[in-house]
Amino acid sequence: MTLFTEYGLILIILAGTFGFFMAWGMGANDVSNAMGTSVGSKALTLKQAIVIAMIFEFLGAYLAGGAVTTTIRSGIIDTNALVDTPHYLVYGMLSAMLAAGLWLSIASTLGWPVSTTHTLVGAIVGFATVGISPAVVQWDKLSHIVASWIISPLLAGIIAFALFRSVQYLILNTDDPFARAKRYIPVYMFAVGFLISMVTTVKGLKYVLADAGISFAQATLISVLVGIVTLIVGIYFLSRIQRNPEAEERNRFHSVEKVFAVLMVFTACCMAFAHGSNDVSNAVGPLAAIVAVVKSGAITNTTELPNWVLLLGATGIVVGLATFGFKVMATIGKKITELTPSRGFAAELGAASTVVIASATGIPVSTTHTLVGAVLGVGLARGIAALNLRVIGTILVSWLVTLPAGAGFSILFFFFFKGVFGS
Amino acid sequence: MKNPVTELFGKSPIKPLQDHMALVAQCALELPAFLAAAIADDWQAAEAHYDSICNNENKADDIKRELRLRMPKSLFMPVSRTDLLELLTVQDNIANRARDIAGLMLGRRMGVPAPIQEEMRLLVESAVDTTRQALRVINELDELLETGFFGREVDFVEQLIRELDEKERIADAIERSIRRKLFAVEKDYHPIDMMFLYDIIQKVGGLANRARRVGGRLQTLVAR
Repeated sequence: MTLFTEYGLILIILAGTFGFFMAWGMGANDVSNAMGTSVGSKALTLKQAIVIAMIFEFLGAYLAGGAVTTTIRSGIIDTNALVDTPHYLVYGMLSAMLAAGLWLSIASTLGWPVSTTHTLVGAIVGFATVGISPAVVQWDKLSHIVASWIISPLLAGIIAFALFRSVQYLILNTDDPFARAKRYIPVYMFAVGFLISMVTTVKGLKYVLADAGISFAQATLISVLVGIVTLIVGIYFLSRIQRNPEAEERNRFHSVEKVFAVLMVFTACCMAFAHGSNDVSNAVGPLAAIVAVVKSGAITNTTELPNWVLLLGATGIVVGLATFGFKVMATIGKKITELTPSRGFAAELGAASTVVIASATGIPVSTTHTLVGAVLGVGLARGIAALNLRVIGTILVSWLVTLPAGAGFSILFFFFFKGVFGS
Repeated sequence: MKNPVTELFGKSPIKPLQDHMALVAQCALELPAFLAAAIADDWQAAEAHYDSICNNENKADDIKRELRLRMPKSLFMPVSRTDLLELLTVQDNIANRARDIAGLMLGRRMGVPAPIQEEMRLLVESAVDTTRQALRVINELDELLETGFFGREVDFVEQLIRELDEKERIADAIERSIRRKLFAVEKDYHPIDMMFLYDIIQKVGGLANRARRVGGRLQTLVAR
């Protein structure tokens, strides 16, 4: 198409800039939700949290973000139906990014807890339905995605509930919780290492290395090894934790919580990885679609994802963290002080494993909402002193508003681009 | 942006509840010294003790008010909100009772007849001991939360509550015996003084009784 030869570079630069800004916004805002629990429970200092977030968000985005990116790019809309009008896909994806960016800034100003994921999916469905035709939307896949938004907080809640119950039985309700904590916590550390490695080797690597050729058995073996390494590192750090009899006078579980704080460093890494693997894809998924169309001049069925696309998203998040995330995380950390490490870890691991599984399956979910579900799960196990249930209402309302809002803006932008660049 | 994660966490009522109980116990702990001053007829010292009781009672009232205000119905807690508020009221009654006892004795410059002075000291000491035990029980609340109101910690608290009941029974026995002794000598004193003294004895016994009810409330709180 002449459009692509003429404006190709401009379109890619535009999309790249939007994608980078979306990733930047996530780094500034969303990451803090994921990591704030660690800072609030004092398992990590602010600086440590930022460093961990930078490293593991990047790794998550780069190593395990491919599947979700593919879903955003070609899973919601049937791109094969657009073979005759590939430029519509480009306009649409640009509109979706702009719409998401605009809606997110409006929502932030109004103080609504909206999700980037939900906004973007709403925007994509919007331009496709009204701008092109309802037939191009893969409604069955979309219904899976929407269902997962309800299932993911539920699942995270169940996992977190079970994790906290296991802690009660194995550690807290025993003669010597401190000794038991040191004995059993490495098991949870192993789980963290195993999980991350499994998702990366089974699902993620194929988007980075074109032909990684790792079988499932090999992946399991590698993951067990990674898990063992994690466990050894963990045991080393655990061995440095000593009992503090003075503080135990006030609360007998003081030293036990210190042991859990070490575990929480590991679950924080897992959380950052999970967030990176799912949310960065939202920022760069549309970009990936645009790049593929513009480069080949047509809709192609390739699953190949240019490396630089994921890298751009990962870098955006890190820059966002470095510029604004710092501040936001500090504020959040100050507000979540009632969460102790023994609960914080259960909530984080529950949320992180849910999000990582979603990433592996290619389903875009909201990390923040999943985390809220996980925290409620711990609360149901009578683990948290006071939870404000009004938040659930706010989240539900924000869902109802976000989907039409994202869709509406995206439709407007779509017709605008159609007018500017021609149909 | 209003953050769903931070909005989710409410303020824990446990610490304020414990602070409240500590102040309340402080009120009761002042009573033995107050009684000693009253028996010694040193009303200046007695008044100082009374002021200190009122001061702590006021501080406890402030905590109570603030805690009630920030426990909306939408708060999801591991224990029932109603039970928690009831517990707060029961705790508060201890402070009120201690203030009433000291206030009445101070207002009427009430001495204690020599034949029952020793028993009176014992009764007050016993009521204070019961209150101290109630404080010990309330101080387990944060450990209870840590274990998720589950297992050994619950058994341990039940044990503390049994001890609390035992202490209240002792106070009860002393109260009965002191009444008997007073009855034997009451005709030697002014009748109105005696009426009020009976009232004081009953109030001190009531103090122990209220301290025991803290344990009872906590039990229903944990059981859910």
